Amino acid sequence: MSRQIVMPFGPQHPVLPEPIHLDLVLEDETVVDVIPSIGYIHRGLETLVEKRQFPEYVYIAERTCGICSFIHGMTYCQGIERVMGLEVPERAHYLRTIWSEYSRLHSHLLWLGLFADSMGFENLFMNAWKHREFVLDVMEETTGGRVIQGSCKVGGVRRDIDQDTLKRMNADLKGFEKGLKEMANVFLNDDSVASRLRGVGVLSRNDAYVCGAVGPTGRGSGVPIDARMTGYAAYGELGFSPVVEQDGDCYARCAVRVNELFSSIEIIRQSIDRIPGGEIEVKVKGNPEGEYFSRSEQPRGELVHYVKGNGTKYLARSRIRTPTLTNIPPLVKMLQGCELADVPVIVLSIDPCIGCMER
Amino acid sequence: MKPENQELRVIDTAHLIGEVEDYRNKGYRLVNMSCTRAGEEFEISYSFELDLRFENIRIIIPLDADISSISGIYWGAFIYENEMHDLFGVHVRGMNIDFKGNLIRTTVPYSFRNPSFRGEGPCQDR
Repeated sequence: MSRQIVMPFGPQHPVLPEPIHLDLVLEDETVVDVIPSIGYIHRGLETLVEKRQFPEYVYIAERTCGICSFIHGMTYCQGIERVMGLEVPERAHYLRTIWSEYSRLHSHLLWLGLFADSMGFENLFMNAWKHREFVLDVMEETTGGRVIQGSCKVGGVRRDIDQDTLKRMNADLKGFEKGLKEMANVFLNDDSVASRLRGVGVLSRNDAYVCGAVGPTGRGSGVPIDARMTGYAAYGELGFSPVVEQDGDCYARCAVRVNELFSSIEIIRQSIDRIPGGEIEVKVKGNPEGEYFSRSEQPRGELVHYVKGNGTKYLARSRIRTPTLTNIPPLVKMLQGCELADVPVIVLSIDPCIGCMER
Repeated sequence: MKPENQELRVIDTAHLIGEVEDYRNKGYRLVNMSCTRAGEEFEISYSFELDLRFENIRIIIPLDADISSISGIYWGAFIYENEMHDLFGVHVRGMNIDFKGNLIRTTVPYSFRNPSFRGEGPCQDR
């Protein structure tokens, strides 16, 4: 047996936009074990429920993440609405679905760019981020914010989208989709991308299940987990099935995200076609009393906002279980046995959002 | 929107491992573990899902009590258990990976155990 050494990876590393530390136990160039540690940017957002009234906490929930902020706010609102027995108008559900899917497009394109960058494919990186600009422009036009939207509230949404704008958004998707197809062709069929990703960081279906993998990390290993199947917002009324790949390697996780871009476009089209008229919010009276585990599908996987109200305007507890937190054990499994040079690509393949995880 | 039905059962701490093993044997996946301080006790909830059936079990323990780890049943549970230890000071016996308080390194040890905001500012007008 070779001598084992421990090599620190992070918290500052070129492929890591945010800090996480891994102690890599190496035998020659092979990683035999990994010990992760976090906490560099822990913010304690969950305890702020004691300081902010429950309608105000939406802003805190949104700021859990700078990428999928809308989905955080929506998931929190769903939890409170369920506890309080509020019937949110259908139009608000459809608007939430549209903005959620634009958030997914934004997040996946951001990740695809970073992933291309981690492989040294700078042109592809810039191409992915060019397409992301289109999504951010739509978000800005319809919500007023490119990254933090602030358009979701307990009881519905703050902003409506008029029919003319919806029609134009639908028409614009055609050109956007055409550009994505060209980009997807490179991610899925280019030899240099495939040879860098195929067979790297394999997570078996059983390991994905036992370790609790969610989102594209789980679906890339053949586990068809997708919280949108629960039918929250308008998803229960739209035709939709999860994108699943079987190989469990970095390529499979990348392919899931690439194909989800087109799945999101289809969901947005369906939502625009079917969105009903009417109100976008209901009046909220009283304070929440009770508890609920509100679930949704973030771009990185299943998100859980546990809320517990005690009949006052301040919640007793907010617990945010983010997908990156639950994808850390699967990451440990993926890294065991890999080559040192593959570590950056494998770490990035779970699309780690440390800001979310350190909420 | 279809509201999700969620089942929650409070169980005896002594039955925890048996209940979790049952979920594992039936094919449920572990979704979440969360800890909530309720007065002088902790409520520790375990959430599971199978084919969109979402179920929760809960144990209620005194603040200074130990609990058994379920990481021998669900390998990935160590991340939640270490988090509970580091934020709430809940002692978990038999974790498959024990960071010994170094997973989340906060300036204030067990910073969620005694919420610092309680009794200050706006909370006073409850």
